Amino acid sequence: MKVELRINGVSRSTDVEPRKTLLDALRENFLLTGTRAGCEHGVCGACTVLIDDEPVRSCLMFAVQADGYEITTIEGLAPAPGELSVIQDAFCETHGLQCGYCTSGMILAAHALLQHTLTPTRDDIVEAISANICRCTGYGQIIEAVEFAAARLRIANTLRPVRDVDEPAAETK
Amino acid sequence: MLAGDEDARLIAGGQTLVPMLAMRLARPARLIDILRLPELAGIREERGAVVVGATTRQAQAERDSVIRALVPMLARALPWVGHPPTRNRGTIGGSIANADPSAEIPLVAITLGAEIMLATKSGSRSMPADDFFVGAMQTAIDQGECVSAIRFPVWPHQRLGVGFLEISARRSDFAFVAVAAQVALDEDGCCIDVALGLGGVGERPLRLKVSSLVGIKLDAASVSEAVNRALAEVEATSDLHASAAYRRRVAVTLCTRALEQARADASDKSREGLR
Repeated sequence: MKVELRINGVSRSTDVEPRKTLLDALRENFLLTGTRAGCEHGVCGACTVLIDDEPVRSCLMFAVQADGYEITTIEGLAPAPGELSVIQDAFCETHGLQCGYCTSGMILAAHALLQHTLTPTRDDIVEAISANICRCTGYGQIIEAVEFAAARLRIANTLRPVRDVDEPAAETK
Repeated sequence: MLAGDEDARLIAGGQTLVPMLAMRLARPARLIDILRLPELAGIREERGAVVVGATTRQAQAERDSVIRALVPMLARALPWVGHPPTRNRGTIGGSIANADPSAEIPLVAITLGAEIMLATKSGSRSMPADDFFVGAMQTAIDQGECVSAIRFPVWPHQRLGVGFLEISARRSDFAFVAVAAQVALDEDGCCIDVALGLGGVGERPLRLKVSSLVGIKLDAASVSEAVNRALAEVEATSDLHASAAYRRRVAVTLCTRALEQARADASDKSREGLR
């Protein structure tokens, strides 16, 4: 069955069996292997992708159900090849990953959260990643990573008074 | 199509059916995707009720301003349903049709006395939630029928409060016990109407009889007495996860707390509307 999918801003088409999950189609047909196959029955969250900017488990969706949506995988977050998004970088900075298997799902869940708010409470973060299982970190550093990313994005989004170039930077610490 | 093929199954959000397919617990010959049928989606206000289309996403209902204002119990229960990613796909009607004994949406439907609307081969029919839920994962739906919408009654009272609590092994896991409460108070804080529902304890959600609370102030002693009396006739199930005795103890505590939560919620409502 031929399907047309919008993946990371690009329209791509492929031939899939109707029974093929979106997860398998992403990994096998489009070679986007950043999306992980974990439990494959909707428990672990490793296969999380964004469908119209909201996190969804790609193992619980058939590829043929995904036409017409904007699909974002972990490959679609970085601003340019070789670069990292703010959230990806925050996971590196705070050691928010060890084996890395859950990381793409975690980062996409965090990405969706920070699209809604840049001032999440700890509870908001816990709720946002509650559907994703990590067996390495104990979650502490992951929560820290999301808090760190939120703080950086807040600063990046704050309007600061324009300073005269010649003046010494008095208020910078 | 559904009526003509015994091995066909409907799929909407797929958050229960697809795991069952993955584990080979269900092997339908054909899946019929109803998620994008426009006539099954949407939330609309009717006289005295809010009608929620079967394929309305749980996440969408959770954020909906009509549901928040008019069916606050559903809005309060939805964050307990699964996780954000499963709520983004999972539907209100899917949870109703699945009839898991510990599920939150069937509990709300039973507690409020919702009407389940079905699309049939020849047209439509509807029945009270109380008749719809037969047992664990069992409903009164016939072969070839489909849940089309759920009609939640709206309480007209100004001072309306809700409570929702549950106990499970992990956040958002299947509830051992779930409790939903709704209370309406008059100007003096006396109870005008009350509904209390219990999930996870039996084969299906139950509405408990607490009508003795109507007409009095909901003080701790009378709430506790009414809850204990109502729960005396409830049979609790025992399984791997929790014993019947444990479920019963938790049920008493959660019922009491949920009623208190609902009372406090109603008391907080400004009296401006009344004067």
